[in-house]
Amino acid sequence: MAQHGIKAHEHKLVPLQTRSERPRSTSISDFAELSNRQEIWRYLPMDRLQGLDAEVIGEVSQSELSISLAGTVTASWIDSSEPIVGTAGLPEDRISAIAWTNASKTLLVEVPADQEIAEPVFLTLKLEELAAKALHIFVKVGANAKATIVLDHIGQGLLAENVEILLEPGAKLDFVSIQDWDNGSSHVSNQLTRLGKDSVLKHVVVSLGGDLVRVTPSVALDSPGAEIQMYGVYLADSKNYFEHRPYVDHIAENCVSNVAYKGALQGAGAHTVWVGDVLIRETAIGTNSYELNRNLLLTDGARADSVPNLEIETGKIEGAGHASASGRFDDEQLFYLMARGIGDTEAKRLVVRGFLNEVVQKVGISQVEDRLIASIEQGLEKAGV
Amino acid sequence: MATLEIKNLHVSVDTDQGKKQILRGVDLVVKSGETHAIMGPNGSGKSTLAYSIAGHPKYEVTEGEILLDGQNVLEMAVDERAKAGLFLAMQYPVEVPGVSVSNFLRTAKTALDGEAPKLREWIGDLKGAMKNLRMDPDFTERNVNEGFSGGEKKRHEILQLELLKPKIAILDETDSGLDVDALKVVSEGVNRAKEETGLGVLLITHYTRILRYIEPDFVHVFVAGKVAEQGGPELAERLEAEGYDRYLKTEA
Ligand SMILES: Nc1ncnc2c1ncn2[C@@H]1O[C@H](COP(=O)(O)OP(=O)(O)OP(=O)(O)O)[C@@H](O)[C@H]1O
Ligand SMILES: [Mg+2]
Repeated sequence: MAQHGIKAHEHKLVPLQTRSERPRSTSISDFAELSNRQEIWRYLPMDRLQGLDAEVIGEVSQSELSISLAGTVTASWIDSSEPIVGTAGLPEDRISAIAWTNASKTLLVEVPADQEIAEPVFLTLKLEELAAKALHIFVKVGANAKATIVLDHIGQGLLAENVEILLEPGAKLDFVSIQDWDNGSSHVSNQLTRLGKDSVLKHVVVSLGGDLVRVTPSVALDSPGAEIQMYGVYLADSKNYFEHRPYVDHIAENCVSNVAYKGALQGAGAHTVWVGDVLIRETAIGTNSYELNRNLLLTDGARADSVPNLEIETGKIEGAGHASASGRFDDEQLFYLMARGIGDTEAKRLVVRGFLNEVVQKVGISQVEDRLIASIEQGLEKAGV
Repeated sequence: MATLEIKNLHVSVDTDQGKKQILRGVDLVVKSGETHAIMGPNGSGKSTLAYSIAGHPKYEVTEGEILLDGQNVLEMAVDERAKAGLFLAMQYPVEVPGVSVSNFLRTAKTALDGEAPKLREWIGDLKGAMKNLRMDPDFTERNVNEGFSGGEKKRHEILQLELLKPKIAILDETDSGLDVDALKVVSEGVNRAKEETGLGVLLITHYTRILRYIEPDFVHVFVAGKVAEQGGPELAERLEAEGYDRYLKTEA
């Protein structure tokens, strides 16, 4: 399966630490202070947190988040003490608990049952100061409803965020989280999702800018027949540290998960981390699961860490697989293109675009795709590629 | 009129065990309109010769020259060689994920011509060429060589040959893996290019079958990194009957 010229390394299917044993709590004091000695913070450049790990931080003001609704979708700020908050999941780490504790309000976005919303809903958060702030968003999609929601993070700021996504039975949601921060920004986002019976979530993470961006999307597949597609695209330059840790918890029978993250890195100091955890519990009979991460290093001095972890507690599954690879340009591909007269730079661009295309095409929202393609072009320009 | 001259070409590759010499003094001249067949045992260096002409970075020329109309090909980058009029139909065409055939072909054509082809004309040419090669129009939307069968890959190479209109083409075992009908279709493509553009062809093959469709003016026997004997079409028949034993013996 590995592409030519890229080294694929198969990891043994030995769990590092059983994912299910990680504590869950909304209380900050239940989590130890951050340290690179803990696996979950192992790669994080602590100096870039800029106070996001302080117990007391500010809160995003409602005016900083602009909302463009579609169809019958509603959005309202509710008190975070409302019982719905926490029903899609609970924090598994300290910054998530900090964000939880410090966000007194929660933006509740609701798609009524049985509604099919054609146009995407856009939630655009624009921060303009380097002060640590908390944000909590709850997305609820009613039974058999269908919608697309784009959460966009732009400007310059410091954000600790929890996003909860709850799909009722038969619901379908395409959710895109874009991190396109200006330099100087840091963002830690925990995205907790729970899928009802036969619901389908497409969760897309697009990371393009920010000194530190850490997104941890997790899904609890505890109702039968649910399906999640988790896609990620990222383009990191020498200013960026991007960390993505998707986690799929297969609990119920006959669920499907497919995780595919692809990234391109350019410039000395560019650093990306991908840790993909898939846990298939004893009860998750008939599971079908695949996870993949590929990184293309466009220049020297960039570093991509890629760690797939697959824990399987039952043999009665449809399939489970993973692949992870990071490498430089494939010389054979470049040679083939150049042998047809295509210049070195153009050939490299074709290869990078093609490489990312596989995931970009999955986004399926033309506004987002166009922006992504423009960012890729810009990034290539910067890389002198 | 174009002339490709290969003079005393020596080529090595880097292997884990150090440098390994593969070509040991190849001399060959291919002119527009001529068809040269190269036949030789597995591992004798035929593909190495093809790649070296196209400029694959893996192969290091340690001695000798390659000239196209007197111009030093060895000093040209890979894309410059294509722009100068050289074309290599590869024995194992490479998959390029995420890049569609149509995007690839248009980009190549634009690079070669220095300007984008007129859309209408281009689409017409593309459709026509694909039809001639009995290729399904859907292929334009597929990624380059990804999931193509062996025969489809070879047709795709000849499609490029017809659209990009080089002066001299090296066909590295384009006939291998083709069924009888495909062999005919592909040969017709090469013959069309010969007729229309006066293409010079260096045809690497193991079988005389293709030589019935694409008639060679010269046949070269390639053994142990160089041309061991040259002759006319009759030499191919003899090779098919007798094999390479006599050459291998004299080598040893
Ligand atoms: N990168 C490489 N590393 C090591 N050996 C190589 C490399 N490339 C080519 N060779 C060797 O050089 C020799 C010539 O290979 P080449 O592919 O040119 O042969 P060929 O005549 O095209 O054979 P075939 O008829 O099987 O296609 C072979 O022994 C091959 O193993
Ligand atoms: Mg060969």
